[in-house]
Amino acid sequence: MSGVSVTKDAQPVADDLVVLSNVNKHFGALHVLQDIDLTIARGEVVVVIGPSGSGKSTLCRTINRLETVDSGAISIDGKPLPQEGRELARLRADVGMVFQSFNLFAHKTVLQNVMLGQVKVRKTEKKAAETKARALLDRVGVGSQADKYPAQLSGGQQQRVAIARALAMDPKVMLFDEPTSALDPEMINEVLEVMQQLARDGMTMVVVTHEMGFARSAANRVVFMADGKIVEEAVPDQFFSNPRSDRAKDFLSKILHH
Amino acid sequence: MNVLLDNFSDFRAGFIGTLSITAISTVIALVLGVIIAGFRVSPVPPLRFFGTAWVTLLRNTPLTLLFLVATFVVPLVFFPGMSAYVLASLALGLYTSSFVCEAIRSGISTVPLGQAEAARSLGMSFSQTLRLIVLPQATRTVIPPLSSIIIALTKNSAIAGAFSVTELFGWQKALSDQGYAIVPIFLWVALGYLVITFAISGVFRLLERRLEVAR
Repeated sequence: MSGVSVTKDAQPVADDLVVLSNVNKHFGALHVLQDIDLTIARGEVVVVIGPSGSGKSTLCRTINRLETVDSGAISIDGKPLPQEGRELARLRADVGMVFQSFNLFAHKTVLQNVMLGQVKVRKTEKKAAETKARALLDRVGVGSQADKYPAQLSGGQQQRVAIARALAMDPKVMLFDEPTSALDPEMINEVLEVMQQLARDGMTMVVVTHEMGFARSAANRVVFMADGKIVEEAVPDQFFSNPRSDRAKDFLSKILHH
Repeated sequence: MNVLLDNFSDFRAGFIGTLSITAISTVIALVLGVIIAGFRVSPVPPLRFFGTAWVTLLRNTPLTLLFLVATFVVPLVFFPGMSAYVLASLALGLYTSSFVCEAIRSGISTVPLGQAEAARSLGMSFSQTLRLIVLPQATRTVIPPLSSIIIALTKNSAIAGAFSVTELFGWQKALSDQGYAIVPIFLWVALGYLVITFAISGVFRLLERRLEVAR
């Protein structure tokens, strides 16, 4: 039932960056990830959608091992995810993560938020880190807020800072865990625009979202999850106009017509 | 005759003794307390076990018993010839570190989990996450209980007097043995303690106000 085969037309055959094979996870009695197989190629934008409780956030969080898995293997750029420790920390530095609730460091200014990982993890010199942080903040359109604390910013601004903070590490892949779900409607677009720019620039992205417009316009592939399984994978056009599984048809009929 | 003026140099020695044993024990308690709290929230099971054992053992032992062990057993087994003053500071510091540890741990649990997740996903190690992200945000919550713990430490230092350490409360015993009226002696002793404990509350109130601004 899982793995309706993917047709990637006009996609160069790129190397695989993130590979999940046969991943299983339980939360107590709940089998939240069931035999997940997913391969994400370098430069690909994969959007994961599905009803809440389908395991899509958990899937996203297993990729940098914020959630451990019970069985199966996950590898990033050819290297299997190591156990908790220095190895894993090094690998996480290459995987950018953007959270639903932003999670900016509350006791640091916006600029410090974007500099901290560079200085403490990458051991970049302070001057260079600041230059880069300011450039990134300009790129996401919050350059003028650099010296404020996160609590002084709007949700949309905070999430853009969070994206800049992740980008400052020069990640190989960016994970977005429902990046716009905690935002007021008028702020969603400013975040999505930054993400679309990122996608156009060729960043490898895994995006868990409810924004179907973003999935349509930016995704190379849509992964539809329900009840802990990947039910369907397809290019966006095909998925939205002609879903194959009943579960996806049902889901789309509920969200697209209201 | 005035009990204080007649014996002022002894009183001063006692006051300074209490002050210095308080200061040294406080440093020991804070340093160890932070480290042990780190152990207790660490992902490494043996460290967690060590932290739990440390707190359970020290917090549940009567302080007088700890002083007994420190002054009579420790020199025999480990460090012969160590001064009573150092041993008493250690006993008091270790004892208080278990309370400090628990106060800090309660502070750590008030910091939203997402903060640590964000730090870890940037590639920070556990100790970096704790030092740079979690502890600084836990500090404000921890200040009020810490101030109570340090004040309790000050008063607990009186027990050291029974183990041949010069400190304020011991002065009272020496003088009442000499036949001075007991009430004035106690008033002066109490005043000495009040000076120290008020100073501690003041320092912590200042800290609290300073940290309020930073966010």
